[in-house]
Amino acid sequence: MNTLSHVELRPGAYADSVTLLQVSRAVQGLNGVLAAQVAMATGLNVEVLTEMGFEVPPDATTNDLVVALRLADASALEAALAGVERALKDANRRESGPSELAAPRTTASALRRAPEGLALISVPGASALVEAMDALDAGHDVMIFSDNVPLDQELTLKRTATERGLLVMGPDCGTAVVGGLGLGFANTVEPGPVGIVAASGTGCQQLLALLDHAGVGVTSALGVGGRDLSAEVRGLSTREALRRLDADPAVELIVVVSKPPAKEVATELRAYSDGLDTPVELALLGAGRPDLTAATERVLTRLGREVPTWPVTGKATAATSGQFLRGLFVGGTLCDEAMLIASSVLGPVRSNIPLSPELALGADLTAADHTMVDFGDDALTAGRAHPMIDATLRLDHLARAAADETTAVILLDVVLGHGSEPDPAALLGPAIAAVRQPVVVALVGTDADPQGLEGQVRALVAAGAEVHLSNAGATRRAIELMKGQS
Amino acid sequence: MTTPTHVVSAGVDLFADAVAAQAVDVTRVDWRPPLPGTEADLAAVVGDPRRHAANERAVAAMLGVTARLVDVAPASEVLGLQRGQFLHAGPPITWDRASGPMRGALMGGAALEGLVTDPEDAVALFESGSGVELEPCHHRRTVGPMAGVVTPSMWMFVLEDTTTGARTHCSLNEGLGKVLRYGAYGPDVLTRLGWMRDVLGPLLQSAVRSVRDSTGPVDVTGILTQMLQMGDEAHNRNRAGTLMMLRDLAPAMVASGRDSTDVAEALRFIGSNDHFFLNLAMPACKLALDAARDIDGSTMVVAMARNGTDFGIQVSGTGNEWFTGPAQVADGLYLGDFGPEDANPDIGDSAITETAGIGGFAMATAPAIVRLVGGSVPDALATTRRMHEITLEENPRWTVPVLEFQGVPTGIDVTLVCRTGILPQINTGMAGAKAGVGQVGAGLVNPPLEIFPKALTRLAERARVARVD
Repeated sequence: MNTLSHVELRPGAYADSVTLLQVSRAVQGLNGVLAAQVAMATGLNVEVLTEMGFEVPPDATTNDLVVALRLADASALEAALAGVERALKDANRRESGPSELAAPRTTASALRRAPEGLALISVPGASALVEAMDALDAGHDVMIFSDNVPLDQELTLKRTATERGLLVMGPDCGTAVVGGLGLGFANTVEPGPVGIVAASGTGCQQLLALLDHAGVGVTSALGVGGRDLSAEVRGLSTREALRRLDADPAVELIVVVSKPPAKEVATELRAYSDGLDTPVELALLGAGRPDLTAATERVLTRLGREVPTWPVTGKATAATSGQFLRGLFVGGTLCDEAMLIASSVLGPVRSNIPLSPELALGADLTAADHTMVDFGDDALTAGRAHPMIDATLRLDHLARAAADETTAVILLDVVLGHGSEPDPAALLGPAIAAVRQPVVVALVGTDADPQGLEGQVRALVAAGAEVHLSNAGATRRAIELMKGQS
Repeated sequence: MTTPTHVVSAGVDLFADAVAAQAVDVTRVDWRPPLPGTEADLAAVVGDPRRHAANERAVAAMLGVTARLVDVAPASEVLGLQRGQFLHAGPPITWDRASGPMRGALMGGAALEGLVTDPEDAVALFESGSGVELEPCHHRRTVGPMAGVVTPSMWMFVLEDTTTGARTHCSLNEGLGKVLRYGAYGPDVLTRLGWMRDVLGPLLQSAVRSVRDSTGPVDVTGILTQMLQMGDEAHNRNRAGTLMMLRDLAPAMVASGRDSTDVAEALRFIGSNDHFFLNLAMPACKLALDAARDIDGSTMVVAMARNGTDFGIQVSGTGNEWFTGPAQVADGLYLGDFGPEDANPDIGDSAITETAGIGGFAMATAPAIVRLVGGSVPDALATTRRMHEITLEENPRWTVPVLEFQGVPTGIDVTLVCRTGILPQINTGMAGAKAGVGQVGAGLVNPPLEIFPKALTRLAERARVARVD
């Protein structure tokens, strides 16, 4: 074949990774285009491009946009480049409105125009402090979705916020519900008596989904970032979030969702919680502690509500071959919870976010062992969109796990809500249908989520998966399906 | 907690879409990566706990200054300038690196002071360096337009902030065309400078002192407030300001008892020189900015100045250090047959006006001159709005009627320049590259990009040291 590779650098052009993903997809769909990647020339993207067989000029910097095209032949180039222009322009269409005001270039500038605003920061981690500090300087709370923010910068932000009575949600805060408004990857829930402080995004989403199913609403769920209860940060944001929820008369019970904090931090947290008027339930996920579903059940009991049966739809059949459980997750806490449950029954589980260091996986994320991979981990999202937005990497690994004859059962999570992929079942369905091993899915979402819980369940079941609302339930079921376990 | 009524989103558009889908207003930041390699320094400087309060102090100090014209006197008296000492525009420079117009102005200055009879003979004098000293105006609480050459016998405006007693100085404006500040040093130029020394200076001194002692010194900051509402941006257009100054000084000039022919000539000279007020606007801006100097942790630019070779900035939080890069050639319109090849790189302390938020920063208020500098009215509005992206505050006194009386963009922040890549916009006159030619055009120019990351690096070093202490 007479194919043509075309690689060009565009210094100074910039678009966020999600936009560029959409642009790449649009260009891939053009006639004569065999492969297309439009991306910022980050180390990771250059690696991806190199793997795809493109030669990226060595002088490319992270501030350059790379357009890489593989074409059936040279005649397709002009149309393909025109397609790239069109897709980039379409992606930026919001910038040119009828208004003569150019869009603000910094968070500070935007807040001068919108003095009542809450700031939502999802720029690359190296620039997150600068944008977030704009919000604190202007006297506003801020949610930082960005990951890869250095610890000392997190401390700087949180100390500043503490001095000024402001709340920093994050960094690496995937989810928040502030007075009913969902931010980041948030599920749509009714207002109600529960307030959540979460050091874990998907852990929070599991709680939101289970409480919603039990008919209990949540007024606010304030994310604080995974490191907030570490010995270094000492719960600076957790305390401010607790103070805010305690002051909210609508909140009857506060739940703190986190991994077990450092010992002295746990003591401080308990002391602080005891001083509040509102009761606080600590849902601390760790070895020998209740899982998130059990914690939710305790919350329901404390509120005097009935504990429902957590829904399961579809039925997987027991594994007939293979000896290993393979978990492929987009939610870090969901992966963590599954590992805690599985390792207590099956023994050690290898992972990129291992329960202990010797269980770490190599760069290829595979091992002749039980494995569970968190595709949302910082190391896998630097320079790339989160897997709840870009399913490519996980789909690739799903196909690999299915082709591996040592794989007995596959365990997946699917997380719905604002900001997530608009129809994850449509992407995962065909992939699941092609898998011969049993597939169990933890589907975290609510009926009111933009994707619609019911339709997603139906599509996944139709593809052959067994679908659980409880991640702990899904994990136990996957273990049960393992050969020799049932 | 109450539901937010508005969200500002910087980063992934999808999250902004998700907020909009919940019927809450979203303002989207058009975020782009900062200047290459500045991320770590930006985080260190923006994360410096001193920065926010330091910048608030710097801005407040600057806005708190009212400049009043308290005296006119020779540089030898008010600056202690000795025979053989020359002040010049911009950051420090030596004769061997000086550009054509800077050399021309120094040569003319040497002849004016009688160090040489023929200006051409001054070349040898400056090459030898014996008995001559060059020093930036900025180092003596002074500013000078274009070459900015000040010699001991030149008469200076003296401006004072009456609250603090702080003072700044600037020479008297010679008019346009073939003038010393544009590097011309012919006989006409020296004759005019002689008349300014012997007639205009003493006359203005008596008028300014008389006004000062009767109705109080002229409020230059107040005139700036008014002229910005009258189509002047106070760098390339000073017509309204000049006429208001004339209004305030003319009665005292006439009543001075001096020769009526001299008075008439002085009134004609000032009235026909649209730029006469520039030499008052500049020291008024410097007086305000000097009040914001030397505040630890502040990232505010307190001076932008060019010597025809280098463009330099000084920053409040880094003391008197200059951060310099090559001065650029302005883009604009040329007089007569002159073209880009005739123009010298950017020169003069007049960018102190932009540093203070007027000049190119207030372009929106001066639509009458946008063509002079090669722009359009929409460009002018966009320029002023764009400058708000790199400044800390809006000036409550100096406002722009066409922008709904929005205050001019005030306090250039080094971090905002590095974050956005937006450079300060300067309106400027262009000097001929050859000594002796004079003005060749006017246009728009920016500082060299690299000086802002240089300043940022020094701020970051200081922030890291402060943190350890």
